[in-house]
Amino acid sequence: MTKLLSMNRRNFLQVSAAGAVAGVTPGFFGRRALAQAELTVGFVYVGPKDDYGYNQAHAEGAAVIRDMPGVTLVEEENVPETVDVQKTMESMINLDGAGLLFPTSFGYFDPHMLSVAAKYPDAQFRHCGGLWQEGKHPANTGSYFGYIFQGQYLNGIAAGHATKSKKIGFVAAKPIPQVLQNINSFLLGARSVDPAITCQVIFTGEWSLAVKEAEAANALIDQGADVITCHVDSPKVVVETAAGRGAFVCGYHANQSPLAPEKYLTGAEWAWGNVYTGFVKAVQAGEPLPNFLRGGLKDGFVKMSPLGPGVPEEGRKAFEAAHAEMMKGGFSVFKGPLKDHKGNVVVAADKSFAEDAIELESMDYLVEGVIGSTS
Amino acid sequence: MTVEARDPGLSITAGGQASFRPLLEWLARRAEPVAIGFCAILIGLTLFSLFILAIGKSPFALFQLMYTGGFGSWFSIQNSLSRAAPLLLTALCVALPARLGLINIGGEGAVVLGGVAAAAIALPAVGVLPPLAVLVLMAAAAILVGGAWIGLAGFLRHYRGVNETISSLLLAYIAIALMNQIVEGPLRDPASLNKPSTAPLPAQYTLGNIPGMDVHWGLVIGVIACLASWALIEITSYGFAARIAGGNVRAAQIQGLPVGRLIVGFTAIAGGFAGLAGMIEVAAVQGSANASLAAGYGYTGILVAFLARHNPLAIIPVAILLGGIDASGGLIQRRMGLPDATVLVLQGTLFVVILFCETFYGRFRIFNPDLWKRSQ
Repeated sequence: MTKLLSMNRRNFLQVSAAGAVAGVTPGFFGRRALAQAELTVGFVYVGPKDDYGYNQAHAEGAAVIRDMPGVTLVEEENVPETVDVQKTMESMINLDGAGLLFPTSFGYFDPHMLSVAAKYPDAQFRHCGGLWQEGKHPANTGSYFGYIFQGQYLNGIAAGHATKSKKIGFVAAKPIPQVLQNINSFLLGARSVDPAITCQVIFTGEWSLAVKEAEAANALIDQGADVITCHVDSPKVVVETAAGRGAFVCGYHANQSPLAPEKYLTGAEWAWGNVYTGFVKAVQAGEPLPNFLRGGLKDGFVKMSPLGPGVPEEGRKAFEAAHAEMMKGGFSVFKGPLKDHKGNVVVAADKSFAEDAIELESMDYLVEGVIGSTS
Repeated sequence: MTVEARDPGLSITAGGQASFRPLLEWLARRAEPVAIGFCAILIGLTLFSLFILAIGKSPFALFQLMYTGGFGSWFSIQNSLSRAAPLLLTALCVALPARLGLINIGGEGAVVLGGVAAAAIALPAVGVLPPLAVLVLMAAAAILVGGAWIGLAGFLRHYRGVNETISSLLLAYIAIALMNQIVEGPLRDPASLNKPSTAPLPAQYTLGNIPGMDVHWGLVIGVIACLASWALIEITSYGFAARIAGGNVRAAQIQGLPVGRLIVGFTAIAGGFAGLAGMIEVAAVQGSANASLAAGYGYTGILVAFLARHNPLAIIPVAILLGGIDASGGLIQRRMGLPDATVLVLQGTLFVVILFCETFYGRFRIFNPDLWKRSQ
């Protein structure tokens, strides 16, 4: 009897120990053993999920993995780049059992994601922006990013065919390399159609500042620009303002054509659904996750919005041709000889940079034909 | 309303048993803010529950989640405390001038510039001075700059007749633009390509966590600042003078109180606290000064100060409560699929109801022993 009882208790202890282990190791913990089990994936956004822009692009990607078997999606929006995002990630791990986290805003990386990742070595963190460096950053973290300036080059081709005034405009947030790549690519795309085209740029100084974005769009149109694009977190205001004034618009981040169906030419969109699906499949298969992932149009990281009614037939052909060329990989948007807007040579005549060239990542110039100033 | 119904019964008891009277009087005076505050929160939560019912969700499930996310476990409590830490200081930035009758809403500017000043002074000092000296230097720089910024609004108010509410808000916009200019220009770390920031503080120069907790020292500094502010206002003669000036500025002037110096002094102290919040943000959280400093702590501080009725002691529980609401907001989004704005609706509802209930102070005889005699 005693023996039986003790056996029972031992069995019970074993069972409860197993239960406790299962209880504290949800999701990704114990990667291989539980590889096929439920995976909870956490997404953190810096703005609203329906901003027609940066955050919506990520939320659309998240929605793709929500439908995958064995995946639970938890999302939090409007999380500032402070201790808030650290606590949000920890809360997802502690209270929801998240094993894979995507803090999507650029400013979440250092120090926020890095410090949380150091605290939770069993969880995996992947950050949008391409900042991860081998040896410097924890192994359970990583980066992914896309060459979206390819999309801005194609935007430029559509714009070059649609513009009558030969002046196009760009509403930009901050003069940082990623934004400068987009401005320059937009103009170079347009100049591939007509070398006389110029692009005026206005920097608003903030990622999300609706009033200044509207003012900038109006100012560009007042100065004669008839095609507008932008690089701000939410292009909604720029698209609606410009289309309301009768200008054509090229989109960015997400598809904004529902906001201006007649005036929307095309847009450079993220295709994060592909990237996120890849990460989740790797976890489910028990494979190690890549730490550093980049891609462009060819790799399915970036896509173009369908061409709108404002693009003439000739423009459609040029667009399709350039698109097909880029899908092969290795197309050089930036090739010499190339001068900046002050006349200095920035790319020598015998140089050309493919989309993955490291030189592009520290871009600090506006190319010839762009009117504006980085400082 | 329920309070009024009980009123006559208690008066009779108070009159009948004279020996308990002093105790009852003491209790009655202390009970007023507690009872009115409690009723206000109850009314606010009821209104919010109706709102949640109207969008087809269960308010009970929501309140349960709020408890889990805000205070349900040691992790959740630390989460709430971390979020409350900066609010303690930014709320003081509103509460102190409010005791002088000034509405300052520009704390955000002092936070941002305090952070920049701290990062700027740390750059040459790192490697030269020991970590503790660098931190003290950073705090001093942040307090001076923050104090000068809000003190300027106080100065303009008293000596030039400029409305301090407007000037402090506009100064906050200028401060944010100035911060952007500085971190994108002269103080930019060349390695911060896509997120312009000042050079990062080495790890040994950062402000760590409270031992045994996952909350940085900013919480302790904030609590000390609240206690010190309470002492300043309630115990010192400066605080007494400030309260008189806040109650009736003409009377204070006739009494010969230095109203101008009081206004500039109190606004400067207030700005110093907000500047210190910026320094803590740099030294404990961000590690460098950048645009993330403008995270809205200065604006949430306004809410905290008003909910605490500008009482520095009450700021402590109110900030922790708001930190908890903020912490649980994420869980509500994740578990119930409600938008982020849900907790903002709750905060807004509570804010309006509490301001509305302020009008009930002094209206209930039960809380005013002086009126008890007359009723008999």
